[in-house]
Amino acid sequence: MKNLRTAKIEDPTKLNWWGRLKRWYHHGDRVWQTLIVSMSILVLVLMLAIGLLLWQNSFHARTQFGWDFISPIGNANWDPVNNLFRAWPLIYGTLITSLFALIIAIPLSLGVAVFLSELCPQWLRVPLGLLVELLAAIPSVVYGLWGIFVFLPMVVFPVGEFLGATLGHVPLLSVFFNGSIPNSGASRLAAAMILTIMITPTISAVSRDVFLAIPSSQREASLALGATQYETISRVLIPYGLSGILGAVILGLGRALGETMAVTMVIGNSIEGTFSLLRPGYTMSSIIANEFAEAVSQLHSEALIEVAFILFVMTLLLNVIARLLVWRVARRTPQEARA
Amino acid sequence: MSAETSPSFSLSMPAAGKRHIQPRAGYNRRKTANVIFLGFTALMVLVALIPLFWIISYVIIKGSSTLNLAFFTQTPRPLGVTGGGVLHSIEGTFILTILAALFAIPPGILSAFYAAYHPNTPLGTALRFGTDVLSGVPSIVIGIFCYALLVKPVGHYSALAGGVALAILMLPTIIRTTEEMIKLVPHTMREGSLALGAPEWKTALQVTLPAAFNGIITGFLLGLARASGETAPLLFTALGNDRFEIGRIVQSGLAQGHNIFWIIGNILGQPVDSLPLTLYKYSQQPFPERVAQSWGVALVLMILVLLTNIVARIWVQIRSSKA
Repeated sequence: MKNLRTAKIEDPTKLNWWGRLKRWYHHGDRVWQTLIVSMSILVLVLMLAIGLLLWQNSFHARTQFGWDFISPIGNANWDPVNNLFRAWPLIYGTLITSLFALIIAIPLSLGVAVFLSELCPQWLRVPLGLLVELLAAIPSVVYGLWGIFVFLPMVVFPVGEFLGATLGHVPLLSVFFNGSIPNSGASRLAAAMILTIMITPTISAVSRDVFLAIPSSQREASLALGATQYETISRVLIPYGLSGILGAVILGLGRALGETMAVTMVIGNSIEGTFSLLRPGYTMSSIIANEFAEAVSQLHSEALIEVAFILFVMTLLLNVIARLLVWRVARRTPQEARA
Repeated sequence: MSAETSPSFSLSMPAAGKRHIQPRAGYNRRKTANVIFLGFTALMVLVALIPLFWIISYVIIKGSSTLNLAFFTQTPRPLGVTGGGVLHSIEGTFILTILAALFAIPPGILSAFYAAYHPNTPLGTALRFGTDVLSGVPSIVIGIFCYALLVKPVGHYSALAGGVALAILMLPTIIRTTEEMIKLVPHTMREGSLALGAPEWKTALQVTLPAAFNGIITGFLLGLARASGETAPLLFTALGNDRFEIGRIVQSGLAQGHNIFWIIGNILGQPVDSLPLTLYKYSQQPFPERVAQSWGVALVLMILVLLTNIVARIWVQIRSSKA
């Protein structure tokens, strides 16, 4: 009050409206903060909205079928003509193709990851890594097109015949390998093999990064004790990065579960009451791609939306687990490297 | 090396002689196992890369024979008539990717700023986690989501719905790369700007963003490449439309005396085709000339996607090696 000069400057009431406005919004920063916070919330809301909208839009299918929708027992069939919708054959198709793909892709991608991170000469590392990542960049429809006209007749059909002739007679395995593969090659096996090619770059790239994140002191200690490179990798590096590698594998599994176009184009798209890999089938994503645009009844399209909801929940859970595992490695590494 | 030094050791201690033969034999076995394992990993790299070269060479061989000027400048002829092109889907891809970029870039970059500067707040952690999870949502699920959000209430398929679906697919890539690039900008630059009295938003947009620009472009290109190759989310949103032609819409709009907003609305409001959609549809048809054209589409699509990828990745390699 005494010092009139400062009072004049600091008194907000003496500012004109523009000055007061600028002061109130911190020269634009309040707007900026609101903007970036609301955009961040938007991304999160998007996740919730996906789940919510799929849940709401499958109301009739959910009330009509309840938990029977996903149960394998009873009359588990997908029959749009008779308005009978049970997702079990689709869930089975998705799981068997993805798991089969995973079984082949794990050793393949671990080999690639180890080579790229541990053994590869420095000058080759970048171009080889680039090539592996390009494999992940090829559009899914191109895989499908190549699959139909090249991969199926040239690779899948002979492999399928061979598996049918050999494993088809082994007692337990014959469940998965009985029947004969169609002449076109379109079968669950074809989908599984295409998926193998498609998820290998994902798993390799993530587990390569896991290997590269392991502190070199771990390698040096093991080599200094006289271990060979193989022993170092298998007994030191793989256990050390295990949760990260597991995360990479689950990420690959998530990609396999959701992969649509290539699978739709090669799996043959039919419901047969068989477990065989050598027969055509459906996956959850391929039936949506194939039938949603031509859904005959409201119940049909709602059942398909419910399938999408189940797929969403499955991949969501897998991704949460995978991210937690990968994050754990990323968080642990710097601390232990310092210690 | 230890194998060469051990004999002198065993001479002075004969009792231990028998024992050291055992590790020696084991050493050979271990060496063999090592070589086999190293060979195995190299073999795996070869096996993993075979499909890449197989697909690329096959698409080039089959696709290049169908490419000609008409392929890029004409819309499809009726079934059974040879000739014609895929101008409609080239234009459609163009519109869809522009829409996707417009919808994805502003929220992507703004939320990346939040994630980069507030990494440990609850919202920041949730945002980074949500981004990671969003990138794992299957594209077909996003397609169904956009159908329920933008197609079902309106009652018709549209380019707009397809653009939103592709934007959701691009968003995680853009957020993550932008966040990484913002973090790489030295703190001193930001602090210098703030110390000069610039507000936070001016610092972000005029100091940090230009410094991180190259990396952000890389992320944008990678997202664009992913989105422009996607089919599944477009099946029930953009649907496909083989009579789509921007030139015709603009001409008829002008002839009827409509303004620019009507024309844009008309372009965005109707179903469009895109290269992957056309490829999928043509490959399912029993007509050989359509299948042949689908290889041509595959070639164009591959060149588009792989070139974008290579440019983006090499760009970031060069930038990071300079830094």
